Amino acid sequence: MRDVAVVSFAQSRHVRREPDRNEVEILMPVVREARERSGLGRGEIDFVCSGSTDYLAGQSFAFVAGLDAVGAWPPICESHVEMDGAWALYEAWVKIQTGYADSALVYGFGKASMGDLPEVLALQLDPYVLTPLWPDAVSLAALQARLCLEGGVVSEGAMAEAAVRDRRNAKDNPFAQVKGDFEAAKLLGEPFHVAPLRKHDCAPISDGAAAVVIAAGDVARRVCKRPAWITGFTHIAEPQDLGVRDLTRSRSTEIAAEKAGVGKGPVDVAELSAPFTHQELLVERALGLGGATKVNPSGGALAANPIMAVGLVRVGEAARRVQDGSARRAVAHATSGPCLQQNLVCVLEG
Amino acid sequence: MSEAPHSLTAPHKLEYTYKRSTGPILGRFFGGLRDGRILGVRRPDGRVLVPPKEYDPDTGVALSELVEVAPTGTVVSWAWVAQPREKQPVGRPFAYALVKLDGADTPLLHAVDSGGDAKKLRSGLRVRARFAAERTGTLRDIEAFEPAEGAKAEAGWPRALAQKDLPEPLEILKVPVKLDYLYSAGQAATRFLRAIAEGRLLGQRCPVDGKVYFPTRGACPEHGVPTEGEPVDVKDRGTIVSYSIVRVPSENLAVELPFAAITVLLDGADSTFTHVLSEAKLEDVHMGMRVQAVWLPREQWTTSMRNIKFFKPSGEPDAPFESYEAHL
Repeated sequence: MRDVAVVSFAQSRHVRREPDRNEVEILMPVVREARERSGLGRGEIDFVCSGSTDYLAGQSFAFVAGLDAVGAWPPICESHVEMDGAWALYEAWVKIQTGYADSALVYGFGKASMGDLPEVLALQLDPYVLTPLWPDAVSLAALQARLCLEGGVVSEGAMAEAAVRDRRNAKDNPFAQVKGDFEAAKLLGEPFHVAPLRKHDCAPISDGAAAVVIAAGDVARRVCKRPAWITGFTHIAEPQDLGVRDLTRSRSTEIAAEKAGVGKGPVDVAELSAPFTHQELLVERALGLGGATKVNPSGGALAANPIMAVGLVRVGEAARRVQDGSARRAVAHATSGPCLQQNLVCVLEG
Repeated sequence: MSEAPHSLTAPHKLEYTYKRSTGPILGRFFGGLRDGRILGVRRPDGRVLVPPKEYDPDTGVALSELVEVAPTGTVVSWAWVAQPREKQPVGRPFAYALVKLDGADTPLLHAVDSGGDAKKLRSGLRVRARFAAERTGTLRDIEAFEPAEGAKAEAGWPRALAQKDLPEPLEILKVPVKLDYLYSAGQAATRFLRAIAEGRLLGQRCPVDGKVYFPTRGACPEHGVPTEGEPVDVKDRGTIVSYSIVRVPSENLAVELPFAAITVLLDGADSTFTHVLSEAKLEDVHMGMRVQAVWLPREQWTTSMRNIKFFKPSGEPDAPFESYEAHL
């Protein structure tokens, strides 16, 4: 395996609705910042990979416009995944492992405010037996939450505490959307949104973008004082049908954590991308994190949820803490699909 | 840089119907729903999957033994939708639920309609399928499940199905999709569209090499840098760089067939764009031909590219090949 490290990261300020800028205009300064921070010139980046979904814009091949933010003439080596940017990062990492590239620019972007996101997400489901019923993403998460609550796997109190923790942590994050000091008891007095979920159990809907530059061994050492080395990187998927899965645990996260070697050493920081409080608790458990781990110092997905970028933001936030020396070893998690169907785990070390 | 304008917005509707081939297992499942019956499939270990699958989710073994399960079952989990969306199965507050039908080993996702009363829902609730009077072979043939407290789990489910008892398969499942969006043009396009509403054509200059891009997109697609400088006016006349004679009809076509689709390099721009040529004999159209825009009457101008009806020959002598060679 080649040594590969995150050398730079940039993100937009995540907001409920970007009133004035389109996707490319949101993305452009982010890509520029990541590129400038990487210390690599435009001709020095071998591969570009992005994550987005055309359904956010309701337009096929909408992702191609994102290339305006990169500049693609003379032609560049480029790829795209219809997934969160964290999976684009995985593809770029594999590309570097193959030896066909020594560096890569990865970005993810989404302007969810143009449509009804929970409804749009019904289109990622089985098109024969699920999409025709139009189950929105929040309702599906609520079904899972009830199984967890009634099965004694989580409690409403612990779910509220997760929201309190993330929102408090997000106070130090200028890019986060939902932040502040809240009390669990007060949150639990709020009405249900989609019972058994309350508003605080659900990640916000955000417009935003993120970009990361990764590089192999010598290149990373040349441009970065303290590269965040990727020492474990795996993603695992479960079946699409909710009925055949155990929704009260995240088996795919457990397997990914095992394969990525999360437990091989102490974890100083973990950045989790779970968009619902009960899912955050399931992921935390599946990763086997102990009390010494600082979870979601950025606030996690519950504080800002730029869909298709939120997972890549987790990698960037984890890498940032390795680079600034506040963490020696960090774990980033990303998820995709209904009820934690697919999960990605990335281990970063200084 | 001029002040950032508030973005123009426009509604966008995405609407189409997927026609999906069903295959041997789901085809019978949908055929069964059309008959008012619910089918599952037996796995090698004897357990019954509902909805049925062609392959075992654990082992990947092909499955074929279809069985019928009961229209009654038990709620395993539920989510209360206090504000249903238009496309969702029930028009008043309802629950999405995982329902384990009698005779099945896996739960089915569907809706439970308790008359809008959340208090009637609980895990363990007995429910019964309410089939639609007119059925076409889709899960929507079950309008919803309803509370059925008295409905005991009857013995005898699942029922084996002899070949003659199998429903006629549905070959194609139609899945309509309709989504509503509100687009925002963004800053660059808003500036461009506001200008065209005043009869001006705006381009923007790449800060790296000075090339002028038209229409304004906010970024130089070559260098990936924002075109932040003052926009520049581009002329409404230019040179045909390439063309095609269109004889095939398509929807929303504003001109009559046949017509010439042209790639135009406007005077003052360094990028081409595509429009329609009219008031010209098709056999006369050629590369290098000079053309000019024909605008709608001024009182009809809006923030739209449609303000230019079409291009027509300007009568000027042809442009030299070298002037547009780089754009071929």
